[in-house]
Amino acid sequence: MKPASFSYLLPKTVPEAVKMIAEHSGDARFIAGGQSLVPMMNFRLARPSVLIDLNRIPDLSYIKDRGDYIAVGAMTRERMIENSDIVRDMCPLVHDATLNIAHLPIRSRGTIGGSISNADPAAEYPATMLALDAFMVAKSERGEREIGAADFFDGVLSTSLEADEILTEVRIPKAPANSGSAFIEISRRQGDYALAGIAAQVTLDDDENIIGIQLAACGVGPGPVRLNQVEDGVRGTTLTAEILSNAKEAATAAVDPEGDVHATAAYRRKLTGVMTERALRKAVLRAVGKK
Amino acid sequence: MLDEPLRQSGGYIGQSVPRREDRNLLLGKGQFVADIQLPGMLHVAFARSPLAHATIGTVDVDSALAINGVHFAASGSDVCAELPPINGMQVVTPQGWRDRVDTDILIPDQPLVPEDRVRYVGEAYAMVAADSRYIAEDALEQIEVEFEPLPPLPDAESALKDDAVLVHEQLGRNVAALLHTRKGDGADAMESCPHRLSRRFVHHRYAAMPMETRGVVAEYDGRTDTLTVWSSTQVVHWVRREISTALEMPEERIRCVAPDVGGGFGGKGHVYPEDILVAWLAKKLRRPIKWVEDRHEHILNAAHSRDNIYDVEIGFDDRGKIHVVTSSFIVDSGAYTPVGAGIAGNSIAHMLGPYDIPHYETDCKVVLTNRTPNAPYRGAGRPEVGFAMERAVDIVANHLDLDPAVVRFRNMIPPEAMPYDVGLTYRDGVPMVYDSGDYPEALRRALDALGGLEVIRKRQKDAWANGKYLGLGLGCYVEGTGVGPFEGATIKIDSTGKIMVATGACPQGQGHETVFAQFAADMWHVPIEDVYVTVADTADITLGYGTIASRSTVTASGAIKIASDKIQEKALTIAANMLEVGEADLEMRDAGVGVVGIPDMHVTWREIACAAKPGWDNQRPIGVDAGLEATSYYEPPTVTWAYAANAALVWIDTDTGKLEIEKYVEVHDAGVLVNPGLADGQVKGGLVQGLGGALLEELAYDEQGQLLTGSFADYLMPTASDVPPIEVLHMETPSPLNVFGVKGLGEGGAIAPPVVIANAVCDALRPFKAELNSTPVRWQDIAAITENADRQQNMRADQEA
Amino acid sequence: MVTVNGEQISGSAEPRTLLTDFLRDELRLTGTHVGCEHGVCGACTVIIDGFATRSCLMFAVQADGSEIQTIEGLASAEGEMHPLQKLFAKHRALQCGFCTPGMLMTAIDLVQSSKKLSEEDIRIGMSAALCRCTGYEGIVNAVSEYAEQLQDEEASNVG
Repeated sequence: MKPASFSYLLPKTVPEAVKMIAEHSGDARFIAGGQSLVPMMNFRLARPSVLIDLNRIPDLSYIKDRGDYIAVGAMTRERMIENSDIVRDMCPLVHDATLNIAHLPIRSRGTIGGSISNADPAAEYPATMLALDAFMVAKSERGEREIGAADFFDGVLSTSLEADEILTEVRIPKAPANSGSAFIEISRRQGDYALAGIAAQVTLDDDENIIGIQLAACGVGPGPVRLNQVEDGVRGTTLTAEILSNAKEAATAAVDPEGDVHATAAYRRKLTGVMTERALRKAVLRAVGKK
Repeated sequence: MLDEPLRQSGGYIGQSVPRREDRNLLLGKGQFVADIQLPGMLHVAFARSPLAHATIGTVDVDSALAINGVHFAASGSDVCAELPPINGMQVVTPQGWRDRVDTDILIPDQPLVPEDRVRYVGEAYAMVAADSRYIAEDALEQIEVEFEPLPPLPDAESALKDDAVLVHEQLGRNVAALLHTRKGDGADAMESCPHRLSRRFVHHRYAAMPMETRGVVAEYDGRTDTLTVWSSTQVVHWVRREISTALEMPEERIRCVAPDVGGGFGGKGHVYPEDILVAWLAKKLRRPIKWVEDRHEHILNAAHSRDNIYDVEIGFDDRGKIHVVTSSFIVDSGAYTPVGAGIAGNSIAHMLGPYDIPHYETDCKVVLTNRTPNAPYRGAGRPEVGFAMERAVDIVANHLDLDPAVVRFRNMIPPEAMPYDVGLTYRDGVPMVYDSGDYPEALRRALDALGGLEVIRKRQKDAWANGKYLGLGLGCYVEGTGVGPFEGATIKIDSTGKIMVATGACPQGQGHETVFAQFAADMWHVPIEDVYVTVADTADITLGYGTIASRSTVTASGAIKIASDKIQEKALTIAANMLEVGEADLEMRDAGVGVVGIPDMHVTWREIACAAKPGWDNQRPIGVDAGLEATSYYEPPTVTWAYAANAALVWIDTDTGKLEIEKYVEVHDAGVLVNPGLADGQVKGGLVQGLGGALLEELAYDEQGQLLTGSFADYLMPTASDVPPIEVLHMETPSPLNVFGVKGLGEGGAIAPPVVIANAVCDALRPFKAELNSTPVRWQDIAAITENADRQQNMRADQEA
Repeated sequence: MVTVNGEQISGSAEPRTLLTDFLRDELRLTGTHVGCEHGVCGACTVIIDGFATRSCLMFAVQADGSEIQTIEGLASAEGEMHPLQKLFAKHRALQCGFCTPGMLMTAIDLVQSSKKLSEEDIRIGMSAALCRCTGYEGIVNAVSEYAEQLQDEEASNVG
């Protein structure tokens, strides 16, 4: 299990990186944290002929408060995110999601940009960004554009990034006042990819009516799945047992997962409902608790 | 004088002596096979079949050879032209077993690299050697091969169909072994039973999966015509034997060493083709050769285990007393059977467990399929048969509305019946007699450790009343341990008076160096620091058997004892001469020999060793040979019988089917514990492996015979956060079969967890009247049970409305 | 140029050489083990710039300029074992010893980067590495005691 040969390029700036990818587009790949790519290379299931290493671009590693949103540089490591006060205070769902990612040594190296552009359907960040309506900033020699999460994730391990584009920044809207969130997943073991996971954020008014709800699932579709219909059933209500039970049922119906050696499709569907119920309950409790 | 009590007060036996192995391992200074680097060494990689079953056409290795840094490439026909297949039957069964058990055995030999056909995904069809493993893997990609696919036999049942293609045509059938045995009236006893139940039980495929994969390094010395082979193996003497056969070299010219071995658990307990191929290539190319298996290769190619289907019928009376058990089972052996019918033989011998059951009949088919070869893994046939039997006991209890614990007590062999003649034959050919123990007491203690049966049942009723589900799972077993045929030990007292011990045992983490030093220190009345232990090196002991089958504490201690006795007898003669007293006045004490009752009259082992030397001024009496050394072989009369009772409390989350083990208890009896701390670690480590098999680990195949779980992302072993609170309690009923009273305990922990968990889940879900009769126990199956029951209840409620 | 266990070392490697292989084959630091080469088992875990990291999921060239600590650098130069190494022996946290170096490096990062660790936290943190022999009891106990030791030290420093 040794990787095939490749040429190694080490840009120090974003302009250098986009120039390199433009020159080698097609057979080059960026490497961010490498926690998904290197295993694939060791199995020789991925064999880029050119590897452009983003790990020495200092400008891509930061967490900044920009008023309405926080901006996270694509090469910011998950360990930095889990330890960030800004993230914990302003985007608590991202903090929660980060703690569910694999294990400590993987988070030492893994980056938010790597996870999002790898777009594993079972990964925590894509679902979280989808739920929070985050924006991805992509750069190429052609310029810069901002892509909404709903347009960004595009099927299994696929995004709307063009071959010559690099993800440079993730813009995550701050949690509103009176909001609460929860990331809940079930996996066969601690740190494994979720059989089903839910990213949830709710916003309450003064009477504890749910005026805002954002829900997305991981592990149960070709990519992260926004649970719009479930949101519609919950928005404008207070969270009664009946509403919860309806949400659970609606979530079960909303996804179309595939079965594999770890779980049947039916079981993943069922778990989607259960995780939805649990995430909603926890998010609302947290919102109430904050008041 | 030589018959002092062997467990002296103040001695080392019975003490949790710290391990002498630890320091190097903790400092990163262990030496595993992969750590060995030799000048000019080449690295081997194997091209492995992507298909489960195919005829091999041409294999073209020319392009591979053309790569810079590649020094050797060979197809199966190149290899077969020079090397015979590996012996299909590495473990011979004694005549006594074959006489008493009906057998019909046809074992296929295993080509080292096949030339005509691949029989499982992962079987090698070509090999290369290069300057690095990286280059070797580049070369593999250049090998051109033509495969003609054959119909795959992805499981045992498809291989048993009348029109099934043959895995080994020369055998004329897909059955490697048919076994049958009977006790009492066998199946005929079923007629007269008031109750009869039949069930099918399936125990899935999983594997030893040590953290260190396999690996072999070999170096040939042309000057002396000797080969040194370092293999990550549990059986150095077997490896030497098979290399000797294949290369037609005298065994004494081959040194086989297992350096630090990173776990084995049975998976390294026989000789693999790579052991021989690497040695062969080192001699052929006159360069050191290294092959270290990668994890993907290991999962595909190192032996798998379990994978049995049992059809069981059980006949019993109103009180739950079991009169007869019959079973018909199949073992999916995969494409080859490196350890023959050994696993099945164990299963046959262990079905009746701790119970007094007068009638028994069983037959077994060991079936050849297109899966990876199946060989013993920790438990070796006992977890499989235990799953069938102990599930059946619970089903009997449920059928009669009795507590499963009560049914077990009613059937258990009482302590006063020991030794108990089972009425079957063990695979060492000796009639089975349980040597010692108190089975009901073990179960009582296990239940008590969970709060006692009454409390447990009350908690369960309360849980049910609150819509929660709590279950008690039980599992009892007996285990033949310390099996022969023999183990060897060489003891030498060198001129410094230190005690040198070498045995044929090959540890993989058990702490043998420490435990054997404890034995020897007590036998020689020396501080433990004076004992030097060598293991797993054929250069230090002529014949050895190795560390498999929970045997080394029993078998190696016996060999150390016999060799020590031999030397001590002579040493006393010499000491008597030195001290000018009669031997009858002497005792061993204080690192030497002294006159009873006279503290000053004493000679040390060092003085005796010098006195015993050949040459001028020795102090040997006339007629006494020079030297203080001996090699002896212990041939145990038969196995010692360890046993255990397991109990666990399990909660079910009916929403997800996820289960949570509140507590898992094993009460284990392996006779006298030489090092209780290490013994405890063995049982607990085994338990967690058993829990892995029960809940997480699975070698799953699809219908094409493709392995679906070929990486650690899919083959899920327990992590620290998957382990429930575990309590292991030890009973110590000495075995009467050896002077130390010891029994083996390496495997025990892994035997019961699958059935304990299944029983606990079924017990928790009794309101749903559900049975889980296959492993692994999956959350999704549990969730389906509760969901279906909910749905049925709702439907019923709707209808009534 | 890398700093390994406090020593500056320069070496060369082709880009595809995994850091694990560089440490083991070039620097002959074979205490770092290879268990799976796909980032799951944790046997190859080393500490890079203060963080426990899988050395099988990094190329050696990527470590250029980094400070790496391997198992060989844990004990003092005089051979005095690190407190956690002693606790592993005390609690019987190893049997075959193959996972041990990765376990130790994982545990050191876990303990040093956390304020207070419950047994549950330790079990979750240590689930980053697989041990096939011990069933983890000794490992968890050793790491717990090490965490307590560090806390006591901190408390006495503050006091």
